[in-house]
Amino acid sequence: MRVEKHMMDEVLVQVEGLTRCHGEVRVVDDISFTLRRGQILGFLGPNGAGKSTTLRMLVGVLAPDAGQIIINGVDLLDQPIRAKQVLGYLPEQPPLYRELTVDEQLHYSARLHGLNRRASHQAATRIKQRCGLTDVSRRLIGYLSKGYRQRVGIAQAVLHDPTVMVLDEPTVGLDPLQSREIRELIGELSQERGVILSSHLLTEVQTLCTHVQMMRMGRLTQTVTLADLERQPSTRLRIGLHTPPPLALLERLPGVEQIDDLGQGYFCLHHAANAAPTASLIQRAGDWGLQELTPEHSHLEQLFVDLILKTEMDQ
Amino acid sequence: MIFVIAIHEWRSLFLSPLAWSLLAVTQGLLAWMFILLVDDFRNLQGRLVALDHAPGVTDLVVAPLFRVAAWVLLLLVPLLTMRLFSQERRSRTLDLLLSAPVGTPAMVLGKYLGVVTFFINAVGLITLMPLSLAMGAPLDLGKLLAGALGLTLLVAAATAAGLYLSTLTTQPTVAAVTTLGLLLALWIVDAASTAQGISSDLLSYLSLRRHYDSFLLGLFDSSDLAYYFLFSLAFLGLAMRRLDDLRLRD
Repeated sequence: MRVEKHMMDEVLVQVEGLTRCHGEVRVVDDISFTLRRGQILGFLGPNGAGKSTTLRMLVGVLAPDAGQIIINGVDLLDQPIRAKQVLGYLPEQPPLYRELTVDEQLHYSARLHGLNRRASHQAATRIKQRCGLTDVSRRLIGYLSKGYRQRVGIAQAVLHDPTVMVLDEPTVGLDPLQSREIRELIGELSQERGVILSSHLLTEVQTLCTHVQMMRMGRLTQTVTLADLERQPSTRLRIGLHTPPPLALLERLPGVEQIDDLGQGYFCLHHAANAAPTASLIQRAGDWGLQELTPEHSHLEQLFVDLILKTEMDQ
Repeated sequence: MIFVIAIHEWRSLFLSPLAWSLLAVTQGLLAWMFILLVDDFRNLQGRLVALDHAPGVTDLVVAPLFRVAAWVLLLLVPLLTMRLFSQERRSRTLDLLLSAPVGTPAMVLGKYLGVVTFFINAVGLITLMPLSLAMGAPLDLGKLLAGALGLTLLVAAATAAGLYLSTLTTQPTVAAVTTLGLLLALWIVDAASTAQGISSDLLSYLSLRRHYDSFLLGLFDSSDLAYYFLFSLAFLGLAMRRLDDLRLRD
């Protein structure tokens, strides 16, 4: 499908100065961001950083103490019912009634979002196929496994074809295989929409998101696009040597700034961007028995670790 | 939207054995009561013939039956209203309603109508018993209908109170106990005004029973109707306010 350029630039969510206090503590402190069509925005931060609270405010479950939320051109606080029509929300714990079957749950949710009887039936059939729920459609939700419940939760969030999907920790508590399935599903569903999700898992954000917001103690600390991160040249080189020379000799290689000895002949060479000592290493590969040479791309991880360390230091 | 929620609420009552067992127990108890009352009436019949303006079968069977029915249903109201909001808050399913394009009034009214519809079903079943007397006895249909209407209004008002109390806590049992306490207190509140000679028009006006009794006498007084209406409205309004408040505090 061809997507027009101007359509991709369309702002779906605009948040200004969002603040929420819990007693004296500012759980969310003056945050602003925008989400455009086609973007998947990940909120990344340690537990208790205010990610869930932010998302709950975005979908109108909580009221902010200050700030403005514009969803697809409609002010959420002034016209909540109109603004919520284009939202799909999956809370941390999917809101499912244990005594209903999958069909009944999806039907109820569709009707709540304003679909009529016929449209909700069609939507449910379509989404069940897409989320792999057709086989369990008559099962009671109380008897489903956690992975299936999560799928029902996601199906429920996208049933009414929302333009903005808000997913709170969509893969928490799932095994690695299930998480991968759910991630693929989100990736598929995210096309043509805008998605905001929260996570404390780096890999998840790395594989899914186009943009990342780092969040710490209620504040946004950094906004990066993953494409930028990947384009950034590596500044670390991991090498394995069979017969390593003295450390001093390695340090004298051109461009090397610092060396971590990882033991058993493995080293991590820190070097300036675009000045990797690859060529000189290969020249002496025979003498030193070079067996591994990997540039390390892990800026996001570095950012995240820095963030957590900083949080711990502040406490 | 109100009806979507109401139908969901009504249906999920019948998905659990709770609603069925409540209907069965109520019907069983009241059927026993009904047999006793009819039996009493048969024993009295001989003496009644001798009286001028003797009370009829409607006064001697229907009114006492409905008085007991009111007691039984008032005891059941907390069991059904306790889940309404506290259960949803506890199991975190309220997020579905809160994030859906549904206003707070629709949410509250939908749930209210769902439970009231259940009680209309129950009152209907109870009314069938005295109605069967019409086959063999002169029944005052007007009085019977007034009684059924009174019972429905009484239970609807009690449901509104229970619904409000269930928004206050995340523990269904706490909601049930407080609802039961409130309803019983309102039932007996006029007893105080007669007991110690404290005559208080306000207390007797507040009593749920006072207004119900006039329906049982076959009186259809608009002030009684207004009482139940305002009573329900007040509690539903409080529930809406409370839910809006939760968005600020939770």
